[in-house]
Amino acid sequence: MTASRRLLYAVAAPVIALIVTLIITSIVILISGANPLDAFSNMIDYSTRARGVTSIINQATPLFIAGVAVAIGFQMNLFNIGVEGQYRLAGLIAAWAGAQIAWPAPFHVLFIIVVAMVVGSLWAGIAGVLKVTRNVNEVISTIMLNQIAFGVILWLFNDFLREEGGEGLAAHTKQIPRSGWMPSIDPIVEFFGIDLPGGRSAIYGFVLIAIALGAFYWIALTRTRFGFDLRASGLNPNAALTSGVNPKRMVVITMLMSGAIAGLIGLPTLMGNTRFYDEAFPAGLGFDGIAVALLGQYHPIGMAVGALLFGFLDYSSGGLQLADIEPEVVAIMKGTIMLCSVIAFTVVRRKAAAAEVRDAARQMDEHRGGRPTTAVPSEAPA
Amino acid sequence: MSVTALPPSSGPVIPGSVEPVDDFYRRLMRERWFPVAALLVAFLILVILTNQFDAVALTAPGTFRQMLILGSPILLAGLGGLYCERAGIVNIGLEGMMTLGTWFAAWGGIQWGPWAGLGFGIVGGAMGGLLHAIATVGFGVDHIVSGVAINILAPGITRYLSSKTFAQPATETAVGGGSISTSPSVSGETVDVTVPFLSGGDLFGWKTPNILGWIEEKDWYYISDLAGALRGITTAIPLLVVLAIALVPLTAWLLWRTPFGLRLRSAGENPFAADSLGVRVYRFQTIACLASGGCAGFGGAMLVLETTGNYKENQVAGRGFIGLAALIFGNWRPTGVLAGAGLFGYADGIARRDLDGKSVRGLVLFLAVCALIGVLILLARRMVTAAAVTAMLAGLMILWFFATDEIPEELVFITAPVLTLVVLVVAGRSLRPPKYDGYVWRRGESG
Repeated sequence: MTASRRLLYAVAAPVIALIVTLIITSIVILISGANPLDAFSNMIDYSTRARGVTSIINQATPLFIAGVAVAIGFQMNLFNIGVEGQYRLAGLIAAWAGAQIAWPAPFHVLFIIVVAMVVGSLWAGIAGVLKVTRNVNEVISTIMLNQIAFGVILWLFNDFLREEGGEGLAAHTKQIPRSGWMPSIDPIVEFFGIDLPGGRSAIYGFVLIAIALGAFYWIALTRTRFGFDLRASGLNPNAALTSGVNPKRMVVITMLMSGAIAGLIGLPTLMGNTRFYDEAFPAGLGFDGIAVALLGQYHPIGMAVGALLFGFLDYSSGGLQLADIEPEVVAIMKGTIMLCSVIAFTVVRRKAAAAEVRDAARQMDEHRGGRPTTAVPSEAPA
Repeated sequence: MSVTALPPSSGPVIPGSVEPVDDFYRRLMRERWFPVAALLVAFLILVILTNQFDAVALTAPGTFRQMLILGSPILLAGLGGLYCERAGIVNIGLEGMMTLGTWFAAWGGIQWGPWAGLGFGIVGGAMGGLLHAIATVGFGVDHIVSGVAINILAPGITRYLSSKTFAQPATETAVGGGSISTSPSVSGETVDVTVPFLSGGDLFGWKTPNILGWIEEKDWYYISDLAGALRGITTAIPLLVVLAIALVPLTAWLLWRTPFGLRLRSAGENPFAADSLGVRVYRFQTIACLASGGCAGFGGAMLVLETTGNYKENQVAGRGFIGLAALIFGNWRPTGVLAGAGLFGYADGIARRDLDGKSVRGLVLFLAVCALIGVLILLARRMVTAAAVTAMLAGLMILWFFATDEIPEELVFITAPVLTLVVLVVAGRSLRPPKYDGYVWRRGESG
């Protein structure tokens, strides 16, 4: 397949998905009795103000991390549906543990990150171990572990870890001391001469960690033995096994890594904004992360675009409200984009595979025509 | 998800090649009276625990009534999963389909009464099923991915619809007067059924004697408790619950005793073979998805009409996933799903009726005793590793029982997922999912 056609196939699916989503959303908005073009321009106007950009980046950061956590498992057909439970449990325990100590800043921050990663990793590891020792399907076990995690979180929070909130505040865990806060990257942004509005815009410092994570993920995947084994296990488990990959070891390591990354999802909000765990701790990011991973087709750039798109949709609902359109349209857009894009990716991938087979057959014919003496199979492989 | 990732099936049983003890248990479990005997023994254990440890809710008649009401949505979700997975389509979108069911049931129920609500709920769920069919059967999207997408999409749709309806001010012609997260109450009552003679229900306006109630008052050890439990499940049971339970024999007949069912299951066991014999695999998988969504929607409607009386955002709260748990726990069989849903509903019922935490503590001991019986059976069947795991779990539960005075109710809600994992770990090799469950089958493509 030529490079240009490869690019065409990569771009075709998201473009088709976006167009279909825009059409469906336009119909929904029309039924609501509003003008879709007004709605979309309002969304864009509202979000492109500087405060909007900050907010979108802040919302996209945990989504991107969630996408990476999901993608690393999906790369080898290991469906970690349990990211949701992993990050929420990790967030609760990291918030509590971080409030128990007062170490010098870098170590304190590092400590919280490590705690979250270890908790997420252990919780996901259960599913990995069950899969390799008892052959329990990871989709089922991670769904069950999610439900268990929600119960355990409620129990730990209500019975052990919470403190009463005081005037008008909901109960929450003890606040993490200042040394455990993640500084904002606003000074860096301002250093490069970009103006931030209102002084209190506060882009999470975790953005840098997320970017580093994305780079690390891509390098590990494409430039290391582990990444090769991972992709080989996903593309053809039998071939991977024959070439010396230990599938059980791969499952456990991948699950541990996926869980460790999942542990980070709650931290941007926890260390950059709330500094404690309460019932408003973000939920649903694990499932949205699956959407982001699929939108980006497991490529870090693609997932970053997906995460920013979801962050944009979340924030721009405010713009819809200004135009007197129900902001809930955005929730439909998110679901529709995901469904349309997975369908589009599946269809395009099948078309691409068929084209590849045709190409191979044609080349085979040319080859045979050019050098008839060479022994070639009489039929093109299907 | 590849087929090889699923738990392997136990091979065919060749007569004479099985251990004698194993053979004995196998035959015992096939006996028709076995489930009844097992339930009676389990109940005896419960009675002993109730009296010994003051765990009143374990055998209270109200707990068993709650078991039916709380277990029915789980049962319906499980049956929904059954239809789909028997046809080879994994459905983790049950949660989203139930969510659609809750909204549509409330919207229809508020305007035209509870029975219309039920109809709308089923249709709403089936629309979710149709979406799953379009993605998985029509376009060949991975089943898990499509299910996740539906779970993300469904709450978005219901939230949007609520903002257009429930959150608006009420008028003559439109539903309104609630908020975006809650609807007004569904007006009109559904019918409750009380069995005549057994529990003193009415028969053509004549109040029949209440035999079970009479035995219950005698205070005979075990007999009266049993009568009370039976009275609990035969007194003032919502007709919707009766309908849900009636779906179990109906499903078993439909899937195992009709040509339709055989064809549907053949799509899940081996679509290639089915296709070569002229079975229209795509059509049966689509029908299965619709039936699956309809059942899930019924479950959502049940939550609205029987549990809360109105639509509440997030009221499904994982029951779709627990239905999936009941399906696995029940080994992809209708009666098994019923048993799973009953057990999970029972645990839920105890948690709601337990005020001092003692009954939940009793439940833990009950599960420990069951696990110990399981150890004996596993040992007799020479499944040493599984026996060791089960014994360890039983030991932990007994330790837990004696270490605390009360067990927090938050942990009761993890009974279902924990038990499912335990069953998968201990008996995973005896579970028999449909062979091509989760396989994206495309007509004309080789496997």
